[in-house]
Amino acid sequence: MADIPPPLQGPTAKEKKYDRQLRLWGATGQIALENSHILLINSGPGVVGLETLKNLVLPGAGTFTIQDSAVVDEADLGVNFFLEEKHLGGFRAEHTCVLLKELNPDVQGHSISEPVESWLTQPDALKPYSLIIVTAPIQPDLLAKLAAHADQALVPLFYIHSVGFYSHFSIHLPPAFPIVDTHPSPETTTDLRLLKPWPELIAYAEEKTKGIESMAADDHGHIPYVAILLHYLQVWKKEHNGEVPNNYKDKTAFRHLVTAATRTDTPEGGEENFEEAVSAVLKSLNAPEPSSTVKEIFKVPECVIIRDNSPPFWVIAHAIGLFYTKYGVLPVPGAVPDMKARSADYIQLQNVYKSKARKDLAEVLESVRFLERNANMSTHIEEKDVEAFCKNAAHIKLVRGRPFHVVPAEGDLKFGANAKSLAPGSSDADFDSDTEKMTSTALKLVDSLVKEASYTIDEDEYDTIRAQIAELAQELVRAGGGELHNIAALTGGMVSQEVIKVITEQYVPVDNTCVFDGVRSKSSVFRV
Amino acid sequence: MAAADVAPLPNGSEGTRTRWKYLDRILDRPGPFTDPDSFAPGNHETLEIAKVLHSGAGGLGCEILKNLALSGFKDIHVIDMDTIDVSNLNRQFLFRAADVGKYKAEVAAAFVEKRVKGVSITPYCGKIQDKDEAYYKQFALIVCGLDSIEARRWINSMLVGMVDGNDPDSMKPLIDGGTEGFKGQAKVIFPTMTSCIECQLDMHAPRAAVPLCTLATIPRQPQHCIEWAHIIAWEEERKEITLDTDDPEHITWLFQKALKRAEEFNIPGVTYSMTQGVVKNIIPAIASTNAIVAASCCNEAFKILTNANPFLGFPGTDGYMMYTGDESVYTYTFEYEKKEDCPVCGEDALARPLQIDPEATLQEFVDSLAERPEAQLKTPSIRTTEKSLYIQSAADYERMTRPNLEKKMKDLTAEGEEMLISDKAFPMMFKFSVVWKK
Ligand SMILES: [Zn+2]
Repeated sequence: MADIPPPLQGPTAKEKKYDRQLRLWGATGQIALENSHILLINSGPGVVGLETLKNLVLPGAGTFTIQDSAVVDEADLGVNFFLEEKHLGGFRAEHTCVLLKELNPDVQGHSISEPVESWLTQPDALKPYSLIIVTAPIQPDLLAKLAAHADQALVPLFYIHSVGFYSHFSIHLPPAFPIVDTHPSPETTTDLRLLKPWPELIAYAEEKTKGIESMAADDHGHIPYVAILLHYLQVWKKEHNGEVPNNYKDKTAFRHLVTAATRTDTPEGGEENFEEAVSAVLKSLNAPEPSSTVKEIFKVPECVIIRDNSPPFWVIAHAIGLFYTKYGVLPVPGAVPDMKARSADYIQLQNVYKSKARKDLAEVLESVRFLERNANMSTHIEEKDVEAFCKNAAHIKLVRGRPFHVVPAEGDLKFGANAKSLAPGSSDADFDSDTEKMTSTALKLVDSLVKEASYTIDEDEYDTIRAQIAELAQELVRAGGGELHNIAALTGGMVSQEVIKVITEQYVPVDNTCVFDGVRSKSSVFRV
Repeated sequence: MAAADVAPLPNGSEGTRTRWKYLDRILDRPGPFTDPDSFAPGNHETLEIAKVLHSGAGGLGCEILKNLALSGFKDIHVIDMDTIDVSNLNRQFLFRAADVGKYKAEVAAAFVEKRVKGVSITPYCGKIQDKDEAYYKQFALIVCGLDSIEARRWINSMLVGMVDGNDPDSMKPLIDGGTEGFKGQAKVIFPTMTSCIECQLDMHAPRAAVPLCTLATIPRQPQHCIEWAHIIAWEEERKEITLDTDDPEHITWLFQKALKRAEEFNIPGVTYSMTQGVVKNIIPAIASTNAIVAASCCNEAFKILTNANPFLGFPGTDGYMMYTGDESVYTYTFEYEKKEDCPVCGEDALARPLQIDPEATLQEFVDSLAERPEAQLKTPSIRTTEKSLYIQSAADYERMTRPNLEKKMKDLTAEGEEMLISDKAFPMMFKFSVVWKK
């Protein structure tokens, strides 16, 4: 054999181990994960918190700490995978920590067995952690204390509860949580600017469609569809006072124009590139207008006023806002979907888009540098961050984090240190009275909600709500505060996805409460 | 048989169920949604004696084994033919670096058996296709965490074929899960009663392959260069070596070839990781999503066997749950309609219309069957009521029928004729009726 491949230069050991996830959140996401220190404040049967941690230890979250003052009992062994018989009577934090650490030697783990009430009184107890997960039941005053810390230190806080077939979690994010890398679905990201072409793109289309009527069959069948559409747009404009097709009826007529130009005397009876052009008409011939969510972001105070301590997101967003004000469009993202074309023609087209994207980036970058100078910033934002922002400018998101609404426990449902034995439904004798208490508490909440919203409700509707609430309360009390492993594992899966999204600042997190119903296998998201 | 051994109860707590305190609250008390006719409060036996089979000990499989054991099942069987690879360790949490190279089913079974006292897990390191009807008949239900559509279709047709109208025990519920990145789905199938995997085949439509002429003459994407190296260059230059996509030397060779070709055409973006992804058809996978889908499957399994609450898949109700976690959290449950002409569970295997280009050669038709969403057959053997067109299940027949490959479809069959297609990957016959494409 003539050519022996050069020495192996394959992936590193770490790249091999994390290959399946690096394809999702990339090296930067992985670094963010590895730099995190996650605190779990565990209580109740404690399964959902540990199942969450399991899914974070495996992909390599840097460090975790478990605070849990429970002592391992027999019931733990029937529901918790990270405990063994020999741990009976020992501290749950200690043993679950050891078994979780076994999952990934790259991860550090610590445990704290001191009761949460006293542990939280230590100054700086929460300082080391970049993200906090707390599982219910927990006393409302302690949750309030954690929420206050989250607010002040801008640390994301997760609150989870899993009981029987039901679970819910809420996320308290910092007041401004912006995301650049939202991973929009590929179908939504194509932005070809066919209705606002720039001179180089027009010139490209003219070159590729020159003499289109008399072109040889093979050439005609290889014109990139972008050039085809631009060419027939010119034809259309000549017949329509310079107007582009801008409503559904016009677009349909324009599509007929392109269909009619397809040659049918080919061996296949049609042309693939023309087929592509026809099917791209409805989705590509749109004014490149940013969504209202994106335009809103340009108007929020953090974006409008840039200070010396403004995070990079706001500086870049401000610069892009200036670009939008000037041109009425966002910077060209620069990506071109694959299409039937000869290699050289396609590469040339890619370069037309890339050059324009680079030109737009240069202009945004110039604004960024101007803003930095103006605000006396000591550090420079890296060009690659500005570039990534420009590429995804149409899909950026801003989540406004807000504190949980904690309902104060007024006598009816009081969870203390003995919450495990006090949970509603934990003894058969109290089953009926607990169901009644739970139902009446829930109904009180509904009543106050209805009152606050000044919502009028007719008698029938109210009866239906009462009946539904009574059923839900009964199903909850049935579990007696106990966790079902499946529901805890499922909820742990959802929460860990959210934790990863928050730590990597990629994808879009839940805003801000999610409820899962394991009876019907459905979830709902609310903003409360 | 190992499964017949009664597992010992945990030390010191023989006969008591303190360990299952939380689970027993659900088993001992009816809820507002439980069906009083099918739920027997205090019945712990059903779970203890039910034999459940789980196929696939990968990312979903590790989770499923753990969940079944902690749902109170005591007699679990697991099938998987694979061995452990280092890239499994980011999510397949029953495996450690020292286990790389060992059989997944064996390591996973031993781990869960040791961790959850009182459960018996019987591994089988091999293919699901190795087992026959008698084997599948012993289980109360089957949970699948498989990564291939072929395996899913095979077990589906096996379970549908086993149903005997006179024997209610012959109907084995099939619970199937799958994930990709932050998305996943769980579904419950009651063979012959609800839509089956084959009815739902168009939801698993394969990605359209890049035409060979693009790879050969006009590549535009880095993936085109990789596919060229994979399909064309290897065949031309290293024909005598069987390509092993797990061999780093082979991947490196393809990577270098693809890179060189990309440079010739000025195409940027070929990387080692992309080469591996394209050649091995890698689907991104994370622990979190596996946890969600596996737990959903096991939650349904638990509800089906205990009747503690309504389950997915009851005929006439939602049987399919889709989960999307890319943007916030979204679940969607729905019922997938059973297809009258389903070749597996349809009434009496009605012939489905199949559009065929009369001018296409038999070879082109054979190739197209792999990609058509309604067929997805990679090694089809084709006959009409009149004659055998192409039979690849036996070498002699293959040689005899090979000359037909060059003939045009219009010379081999006629409009309206019934066409029978079989594939050695599936234990059934697909019946089509020819419709000429205009
Ligand atoms: Zn079917």
